[in-house]
Amino acid sequence: MSGELDFGGGPPVSEDDIQAAIDGRLAPDRRPLVESWLSAHPEAAARVGACRRQREALRAVLAPRVELPIPSRLRVAHIAASRRAALRLRFWRAAAAILLFAAGAAGGWTGRSLLSPFGDVGNAGPGTELTRDAIAAHRTYVVEMRHPVEVDATQEAHLVQWLSKRLGHQLKVPDLTALGYRLIGGRLLPGTPGGPAAQMMYQEEDGHRLTLYLRADADDHGTAFRYADSGGVAAFYWVDGGFGYAVSAAVDRRTLLRVAETVYRECEGKDLPDASR
Amino acid sequence: MSDVASLVEPHIPALRRYAWALLRDDHAADDLVQDCLERAVRRWHLRRRDGNVRAWLFAILHNQFVSGHRQRRRRGVAVPLDDATAAAALYATAGADDPELGVVCRDVLDGLAALSEEQRAVILLIAVEDLSYDEAARVLGVPIGTVMSRLSRGRDRLRSYVDGETDPRVRLRRVK
Repeated sequence: MSGELDFGGGPPVSEDDIQAAIDGRLAPDRRPLVESWLSAHPEAAARVGACRRQREALRAVLAPRVELPIPSRLRVAHIAASRRAALRLRFWRAAAAILLFAAGAAGGWTGRSLLSPFGDVGNAGPGTELTRDAIAAHRTYVVEMRHPVEVDATQEAHLVQWLSKRLGHQLKVPDLTALGYRLIGGRLLPGTPGGPAAQMMYQEEDGHRLTLYLRADADDHGTAFRYADSGGVAAFYWVDGGFGYAVSAAVDRRTLLRVAETVYRECEGKDLPDASR
Repeated sequence: MSDVASLVEPHIPALRRYAWALLRDDHAADDLVQDCLERAVRRWHLRRRDGNVRAWLFAILHNQFVSGHRQRRRRGVAVPLDDATAAAALYATAGADDPELGVVCRDVLDGLAALSEEQRAVILLIAVEDLSYDEAARVLGVPIGTVMSRLSRGRDRLRSYVDGETDPRVRLRRVK
């Protein structure tokens, strides 16, 4: 039994060969040697057989895990967008800190608005946070080619029912076809401690997209139309009847205002509030 | 940024599977994958251009797992090792065509949970995720000889667990 590991005087069959045999990874020049060695050593062959069966079982039992749908928090576009927003925030905070330092205590207050990553939205007031969230959600999802929405427009009735239930407010999906925008669907989003938010996405013939963002807003006085713009994305937002709306798209102000007016009319079924144009 | 998405996204299902098999908890596994992806996006410019994105991602995930595990241990938080519902669904799927395989599957998943973390990681990376021995060594940051011996010991232990055996069978000497 001196040469149990030897075969015909050739190189010995090693434990690495056994593992490679289990994984089916033996080099072609090594396979015949190892296989004939195994056929002469039934105990080792049984071990290889048992390990192979376990390997197959493990692969089979874990195979369905790769078929599971990927949740939106694990989409790279989403992660990259949150990172960009965090970087922007850091940049503006640093800029504000430098400015405050330079301006000194007396003039420092003027730098306050720079604390917002959205300079133009910086005038704090109802809807500012809403707009920031709406624009961030717009950026995150309009770039999605495969999963722009959770529920698509073919299930519009279900979409409206679902989102209305989650937001605790009867929603209406505005019809924007007259402006060239077709509904492609919507999704539920994290909102405020007061409740989640919803996003409806519309698309033009050429693929250009627009989003409508909605969520409960405690400001019950309501606001006029307000305009904000951040890095090429424009938004009109307003609060009405305890509910906030923001329409966002990468278009000019005038075009977006037309959309916002239509959305307002469709959602509220009444005339425009005092629009700040 | 678009090449991050197109090069990383194809690997997300496998990363989730690996994370789940390590942790056996859906939420903890997706948290781990999210941490991994955030880090990958942050460090994307630092990766080797000619490198293997898949192995790079598994390495990040593994490092996050190891540091997260240390934290979990420090905090003394129990990590659920078995999500009975998810596991049952898996056995049902795997055993649908072959009931005998279904039984082996249940045993093998339980057996895997009984292994040391190091052995579990090696077996999953090689036998399930099809990483080469070299790639597994790089992912785990250990020499290839260590990978081979963990693989061999892990498999023997898994076999004893499933067969209900305690005596280790004949093991061959590693040459190299």
